[in-house]
Amino acid sequence: MTGINWFKYAAPQTFFHLSGKWIPVLGWIAFFLAIAGLYIGFFIAPTDFQQGEAYRIIFIHVPAAWMSMVIYLAMAFWAAIGLVFNTRLSAMMALALAPTGALFTALALITGSFWGKPTWGTWWVWDARLTSELILLFLYVGFIALHASIDNPQRADRAAAIIAIVGALNVPIIYFSVQWWNTLHQGASINVASAPKMAVTMLIGMLVMTLASWAYSVAVALFRVRCIILERERHAAWVNDLKEVKS
Amino acid sequence: MMAIFFAVLQRDLRLAWRKPAEAATGVMFFIIVASLFPLAVNPDPVVLRGFAPGVLWVSVLLACLLSLPRVFALDYVDGALEQIMIAPQPLSLIVLAKVAAHWLTATLPIVLLSPLLGMLYGLDSHGLIVLAGSLLLGTPTLSLLGGIGAALTLGARGGGVLLSVLVLPLYIPVLIFGAGAVVASQAGLGVQAHFSLLGACFLLSFVLAPWAIAAALKIVME
Repeated sequence: MTGINWFKYAAPQTFFHLSGKWIPVLGWIAFFLAIAGLYIGFFIAPTDFQQGEAYRIIFIHVPAAWMSMVIYLAMAFWAAIGLVFNTRLSAMMALALAPTGALFTALALITGSFWGKPTWGTWWVWDARLTSELILLFLYVGFIALHASIDNPQRADRAAAIIAIVGALNVPIIYFSVQWWNTLHQGASINVASAPKMAVTMLIGMLVMTLASWAYSVAVALFRVRCIILERERHAAWVNDLKEVKS
Repeated sequence: MMAIFFAVLQRDLRLAWRKPAEAATGVMFFIIVASLFPLAVNPDPVVLRGFAPGVLWVSVLLACLLSLPRVFALDYVDGALEQIMIAPQPLSLIVLAKVAAHWLTATLPIVLLSPLLGMLYGLDSHGLIVLAGSLLLGTPTLSLLGGIGAALTLGARGGGVLLSVLVLPLYIPVLIFGAGAVVASQAGLGVQAHFSLLGACFLLSFVLAPWAIAAALKIVME
């Protein structure tokens, strides 16, 4: 392990070239996995006994919900690293992950309501999971809004990092408070956890879609990081030496 | 060590005392918001009693949010904050004093007034005590969490709206436990669990928030 210089790719310049190589690879992986996953989901997986065809939205909904949470943790992680070690690239990673995370959160909410209408007979219930997902969207919006409202990028990075960390600490508290609130009210009597056992093909389809979402998220985040690097390092000599910039 | 805490507390309380209109505005805001709901929804006593806990708690939440910029904004504008920050004493202790002063001047009057509005909403005496108790235990958490937002939005554009976007999601657990306590007391259930959770929220924010506020101030003022 001692032979590897872990900090080599923490420099924006080297990371810019590395990520440039990875984006097409991950992008194509995401594309083919999504095609395969959707094919399994829509053509191979059997029709559900109870929910009919409507259940097929889970092939998008479940990966989106997973990604929304994973990306928030990843964002808070990079924000914390950036705050503690004062590394430029970490803060850029956090900033690059935020829009993708917010997108997946919104996607999970929208597809969830598409699923809820035929299954529960309503677009929205104040279920614990739905409510905490909605609050997660608010947390993403707060991070993005705070970053956008401070002009100095370094200061914006660090201020947004604090709100990301506070948010990450709050996520479990919010989740449990909403869950207890929900059981106290006895409002929605639908239990999401007691869904019937899944067929193997359904599970495979969902896992393939999840991998596609991972690859897509990483590719898009890397792409956004490259844009942020170019924007922030536009006065650096190496950026002006890039052949894309010169032409 | 504690001398600086009381010195800052005393200074902020004196400043607030010299401008009583500011604290009074927050109290008036609370009364007006709380009296809008019967006009908008339904003045029927049974209906009012049903949503009294939620409406009163949300009104307190909004009144607290409205007063949050005052924690640091004045000192930020006239440069006193910079002088405070170069003091040798730990910054987290100083900001704790400022947040405490904010709670005493801006939120405590509202908490003391809340049983009166609870009466207008037709809560019984037990419900009034639980309402005041839950607010007394819950609002310090609101001030502490809000302090983080107030510090982070000091130099930012569109401070007020941004502050609510940042802070309101973090207020949700306190709102749930606080309003839940009053709802439980109305239903004849025990309120101990809700109070324990409110206390836990307060202790957690009491330990972590001053540190986060101090870190936020250092970032904003650098």
